[in-house]
Amino acid sequence: MPGAPMNEAIIAGIGQTEFSKDSGRSPLQLAAEAARAAIADAGLTPVDIDATVTFQLDRSDELALIRCLGVPALNFTSRTRGGGGGACATVQQAAAAVASGAADAVLIYRAFNERSRHRFGQPGGAMVGDPARNWYLPFGLDTPAKVYGLTFQRYMHDYGLTNADFGLYTVAARQYAATNPNAWFYRRPITLEDHQRSRWIVEPLLRLLDCCQESDGGVALVVTRAERSGDLPQPAVRVLAAAQGHLLNGDEMYNYYHPDLSESPETGLMAHRLFESSGLGPADIDVAMIYDNFSPVVLMQLEALGLCGRGEARDFIAEGHIGPGGSLPVNPNGGLLGEGYIHGMNNILEAVRQLRGTAANQVDAVEHVLVSAGRSGLVLGRG
Amino acid sequence: MPEVIAPVDDHDDRFFWQGAREGKLLIQRCARCASLRHPPSPMCPHCRSTEWVTQEACGRGTVHAWIVSHHPTMPDASPRVVVLVELEEGVRLVSNLHGIDAGQVANDLAVEVFFERFGDVTLPQFRPVSRPRA
Repeated sequence: MPGAPMNEAIIAGIGQTEFSKDSGRSPLQLAAEAARAAIADAGLTPVDIDATVTFQLDRSDELALIRCLGVPALNFTSRTRGGGGGACATVQQAAAAVASGAADAVLIYRAFNERSRHRFGQPGGAMVGDPARNWYLPFGLDTPAKVYGLTFQRYMHDYGLTNADFGLYTVAARQYAATNPNAWFYRRPITLEDHQRSRWIVEPLLRLLDCCQESDGGVALVVTRAERSGDLPQPAVRVLAAAQGHLLNGDEMYNYYHPDLSESPETGLMAHRLFESSGLGPADIDVAMIYDNFSPVVLMQLEALGLCGRGEARDFIAEGHIGPGGSLPVNPNGGLLGEGYIHGMNNILEAVRQLRGTAANQVDAVEHVLVSAGRSGLVLGRG
Repeated sequence: MPEVIAPVDDHDDRFFWQGAREGKLLIQRCARCASLRHPPSPMCPHCRSTEWVTQEACGRGTVHAWIVSHHPTMPDASPRVVVLVELEEGVRLVSNLHGIDAGQVANDLAVEVFFERFGDVTLPQFRPVSRPRA
């Protein structure tokens, strides 16, 4: 069964820069600083690193990065497809390299100035020039919010939801962020009334407070062999399962041609593989990290992951299950919406912290964390 | 008039945009197994043939999903309604809806195609059917 060999890999180290609106330095420097921290956190030195993984979109070349760090040589490099949807695929690729013997210690990195420089939320941008986008860009779907918006509208229609229902997630995320010193919105919780007063970004789906941040910053992880668990300064986090979910008619950001637009079939496929290969089920998950670029996508992923029933996410959130003290805390760092937006990677760092017992909003007795980035996912456990 | 980002010229979908310039909504059809596909692709996923023909769509469909498109930071002088239309032929495509207030748009609204020129670009667009079919 695809996914099982991942059990031989651990996340040994994590690192990050501050998350800001203007880093004042290059993405390469941000990547190098995060990487330096992750390598040290793993109790390793740059000489131990022999592989790198990042996003195909990342602008920092692997060789420029190893020149910063003093990594003398690489045996393996790879990049993940798409954008944030592939965030968990970085760990999948690193774990596969380690499990196969292709690499010993893999440095994963992602860093950008996505607020002060190249903003994803502005129209056109990187989308222009790709013929695959001919089918929506000319018609006005020129930002991720709008591209996702069509899917959210059908979900809203199918289950009789309102924008205020989506705001329930935002309130929960901002509540967590308010008690996380690493979060941009530290000490700044909001009410549902605040949410409803924020301006429309995509009518009738998304208000400003439904959208994740734009951030400058860098994140890095070190993945290595499970046999090293005992030698690490930090508790190891084991990669119990890793999977991607892509479908024939799909795309990174949408699947307009799937019969049931409310279903998130790629996430469902990915979740099925995660649970099959780890031998765990939704009931075994103690914390869920769910890619939250927009609040409605959290509701859709909760359902597609099997963490609640179809059409039940709104009530699941309203009943307090995902918030502090709930039965299934979701994004206790505040998520991409509340903490910062490093293309999904900071949510993986929170998963590691929850399993180590070092998170700002630490949940009790965490054994298993599910991380979903929509098109890729992980089940992480203790070392 | 909203600024329209022109489609990128591409070998595999040139027929569609040429059809739009001629006032036709063209769907790709496999020459071997007759299955329809949209967006276009050089090979049929069902039978792997690279031979294809075009079928002119009847132009009628329903609104499967919709949004109102404003600029994220500048008030848009002419916001567009963007729709995902399910054509009678069973394929879906993204387009725009005209001739109706944004507040009146509803899922499953019956629509029909027309073609509009925006500078150098001609796009298929939709409007509510003038008379619903019995």
